[in-house]
Amino acid sequence: MKFRDLLKGWPVLRQLTRGDGRALGDTAMTARSRSLEPRTKSADAVVKSICPYCAVGCGQEVHVRDGRILDIEGDPHSPISRGRLCPKGAATFQLVTGTQRVQQVLYRRPGGTEWEPIPLEEAMDKVAERVKRTRDATFQQRDAQGHPVNRTLGLAHLGGATLDNEENYLLKKLFSALGVVQVENQARI
Amino acid sequence: MPGLGITFGRGGATTFQQDLQHSDCILIQGSNMAECHPVGFQWVMEAKARGAKVIHVDPRYTRTSAVADLYAPIRVGTDIAFLGGLIHYVLEHERYFRDYVVQYTNAATLIREDFLDTEDLEGLFSGYQPKDNRYDIASWQYQDVAGAVPAAGHKELTDEPGAGGGGHDHRVDVHEEHRDETLQHPRCVFQLLKRHFSRYTPKVVSQVCGVDEALFLQVAQTLCANSNPERTSAFCYAVGWTQHSVGVQYIRTAAILQLLLGNIGRPGGGILALRGHASIQGSTDIPTLYNLLPGYLPMPHAKASTDGLEHYIRNNKSGSGWWSEFPKYAVSLLKAWFGDKATKDNDYLFAHLPRLTGNHSHMQTVADMADGKLQGYFVMGENPAVGSMNGALQRKGLRKLDWLVVRDFTLIETAEFWRTAPEVQSGQVRPEDIQTEVFFFPAAAHTEKDGSFTNTQRLLQWHHKAVEPQGDTRSELHFAYHLGRKLRQLYAGSLDPKDAPLLDLTWDYPTHGPHAEPSAEAVLKEINGYTVADGKPVDGFTALKDDGSTACGCWIYSGCYKDGVNQTARRKPGQEQTWVAPEWGWAWPSNRRILYNRASADVDGKPWSERKRYVWWDAGQKKWTGEDVPDFIADRPPEYRPPEGATGLDTLAGNDPFLLQADGKGWLFAPSGLMDGPLPTHYEPMESVVPNPLYAQQCSPTREEWRRKDNPYHRAWGDPRYPYLVTTYRLTEHHTAGGMSRWLSWLSELQPEMFCEISPELAREKGLANGDWCTIATARGDLECRALVTERIRPLRVKGRQVHQIGLPYHWGVTGRVRGEGANELTAFVADQNVDIQESKVFTADLRAGRMRSGERAAAGAAQPPLTVPEVPRDVTPPGETDHTEAQEPEGKG
Repeated sequence: MKFRDLLKGWPVLRQLTRGDGRALGDTAMTARSRSLEPRTKSADAVVKSICPYCAVGCGQEVHVRDGRILDIEGDPHSPISRGRLCPKGAATFQLVTGTQRVQQVLYRRPGGTEWEPIPLEEAMDKVAERVKRTRDATFQQRDAQGHPVNRTLGLAHLGGATLDNEENYLLKKLFSALGVVQVENQARI
Repeated sequence: MPGLGITFGRGGATTFQQDLQHSDCILIQGSNMAECHPVGFQWVMEAKARGAKVIHVDPRYTRTSAVADLYAPIRVGTDIAFLGGLIHYVLEHERYFRDYVVQYTNAATLIREDFLDTEDLEGLFSGYQPKDNRYDIASWQYQDVAGAVPAAGHKELTDEPGAGGGGHDHRVDVHEEHRDETLQHPRCVFQLLKRHFSRYTPKVVSQVCGVDEALFLQVAQTLCANSNPERTSAFCYAVGWTQHSVGVQYIRTAAILQLLLGNIGRPGGGILALRGHASIQGSTDIPTLYNLLPGYLPMPHAKASTDGLEHYIRNNKSGSGWWSEFPKYAVSLLKAWFGDKATKDNDYLFAHLPRLTGNHSHMQTVADMADGKLQGYFVMGENPAVGSMNGALQRKGLRKLDWLVVRDFTLIETAEFWRTAPEVQSGQVRPEDIQTEVFFFPAAAHTEKDGSFTNTQRLLQWHHKAVEPQGDTRSELHFAYHLGRKLRQLYAGSLDPKDAPLLDLTWDYPTHGPHAEPSAEAVLKEINGYTVADGKPVDGFTALKDDGSTACGCWIYSGCYKDGVNQTARRKPGQEQTWVAPEWGWAWPSNRRILYNRASADVDGKPWSERKRYVWWDAGQKKWTGEDVPDFIADRPPEYRPPEGATGLDTLAGNDPFLLQADGKGWLFAPSGLMDGPLPTHYEPMESVVPNPLYAQQCSPTREEWRRKDNPYHRAWGDPRYPYLVTTYRLTEHHTAGGMSRWLSWLSELQPEMFCEISPELAREKGLANGDWCTIATARGDLECRALVTERIRPLRVKGRQVHQIGLPYHWGVTGRVRGEGANELTAFVADQNVDIQESKVFTADLRAGRMRSGERAAAGAAQPPLTVPEVPRDVTPPGETDHTEAQEPEGKG
């Protein structure tokens, strides 16, 4: 490289000649940094979503490439959040992609001291069997006064405030048909 | 939210977050909005930038206080006294909005002659039944109205004795002679209100709350100066108000105040409930709650529905107001659930629904679980081992189960109670002795499934699936649908009548993709409702019928799938719409953003002022119009008055903005729907440091207690073992019981450790320096944490004595990336009987320097230090009652 080119590549000289004394403009850039771009630029889809934490309901944009999430950012179109996310909302990317997430169904047998992985389908079958066993053993047609009650107090459900409306709907519908009345969620928490 | 429901008709925030920008004054109380709802708080700051006054009333000085124009510290558990003081001020200084109050509230209505107030009965109302801690509400009724006036907003209680039950299908007809629009009659609601709050003078407020009298007066003056035809004030609250044994009445007090000031239904006004989970409003609207069916229809009660659907309808339908439409919503729900099997001849299979016989709430269920009465438990997206009261009792319940299913992202404390619980770590309980089978199912995240959340302002917003769930992770929609499918296979062919509801259920949702994921849109369509004949989505709840020709899963959500379009997925950019942004998502009911907005116009239908115009009557077009969807019958003129003998919706007059109320009015006085009184009253919390300064009755007479060895209580006040007040709260960087935050490094790094906030004065007394270890103990359990010594918490003077308060965040538990001891190791089962909500925002405790934790838990058999002073009563004996003491301490009062 000629001395002259080397000199031209010297950032200090660029700063001085272009009046960018604090090096906050493009004089501080290199060929490499000039080619960098946000990873969201390479997304092949931006999927609209809603923050799953509190009930403000901030808009989120989920940037996806090749079936994987690249990043989650605030949705500037949301009239509520106008693109903003709080620390929790801004951590949604880690919430949904982090290594803390368990990917396998786990089973702990009575008196057990360890988790054991079991197949999803087998676990679903076992749960269905237990619901039936408990329900059949505890079903009440009538209460002590002889009024029809049509229910079981042998099993219960908790949770709903973090779920979708459609999920709560199916849960309430199914549990009511089973006669499960002890259905509760965080609305009392 | 019955506090709002009883007063206004619907249990939801009356306004929306963006509307706060138009407020002239915002009073935030029972909420640390800046830290707990930071992005919503931008609208408070917008208002402030436009000149609004921001007031924060809270035991702790927080970031919300830091940007407020006025900050008033108060003793925890005294908000009714503070708000009652504001009501007293408004009435005494005649600062109420007279035209609004006379026209739109029940201020002018006369109450029965035999009604007696807390002023007459030492803190009780007439009708108190000490034997079962309930009220007979007969004397609270409107004069000469037969039976109980049906409550709109808390219908599930109307099947309960003492809250308006009894099967009255009558029109509430408040005749002219039973109203006094001069508001002078001694038995009109207005005068009763005035008398009820006559004790709540600034001086008394100062003594009860520990707030400076001049500061209190400044709050009152600021609020009043910004509430009139030209100006509006808004209230924001969160669980700092609800989680009390008198939580519902906290909200009622604010609701009464906002009605008196004429701030409901108007832009920049209202009451904004700030909720803490993405869809907690949705999980009440479509309730995973024991006492409700979708759309706030009550679950049938065994006693009240023995005669079938007709009896149920008679009990819950109102002869007047919007709940006269009740049969349409009940029949349409049954059609949605039981399809073609539900016919008029078989009562639309109403008999298939299970019946309640009492309290089946979370705490009662866990108490039963601890007594070995349950076998199975599903927990989905909730962490009760950390987030619910008396954590050790929660875990005791889990140990007594045969099987437990936990669905979550990671192994939260509730999934691992058998190996990581404090009592297991300390050796009090051995995993080998716990016979509970545990199934852990990993849950799909919101980015891996389609579905809608309902946010704090009743807005349904759709989130689209971005990627496929990995491994075994699945949505709860998948779990519920396939579990139901498997159970229907297991029961297939059964002729046992008990299995008919399951086999008759409509359960045929289309599935797609590699995991046979059910279609969330198909479920949403059922929620919206459709005509049975052709399956076409209905336009809204006005299209629903009671003849079986329509099906609808949740009538208040009807319209969310109008025209076959998922309205909740609408995302027209906010920048391209008016500030109301009606084309972003969909709000219930009927996409209305400010509820009761007919009240933004005067009795003639004209805006109260140009500055506060919102919805008005267009005389030319003969309809209501404005910035929002009018929350009124669109073509009902303001001058309409129901003719003699009118029924149903025809009973709603042109000046009845509160459509769901049987009388169309905002309820300053609640003749029914509440278990603990028609007007809010200051009672001390279950555990306090002082006797009730206002009445002989110490605590709420109808509070729910669980008197059990595994749930011990402190002395009602002045317990020498537990001299300090504690309140619990949230931090910006963590979420509820931590399942969605304590496992994330980004958030854990920001808030790595459990701590308590104490004042420098208390720290000096205890020899604690900032950052020192300390121990906090109650009769339930104890914990260790670092002391954060800060002037943000001030000792208060209450009735001449110094009261210290301790602040405790409650996010931590024994597992996760950052660990700590949970604040709920200290709390007890105590609840508001109206809604079974727990009193976690105030209790008493001891504080000691150093790491003195015993690790013992009452629920694991630990003994309590003896009480060296005599017990004090929480209840007074009502006049004429002699057996009260005996009746006061029964087992299982809850």
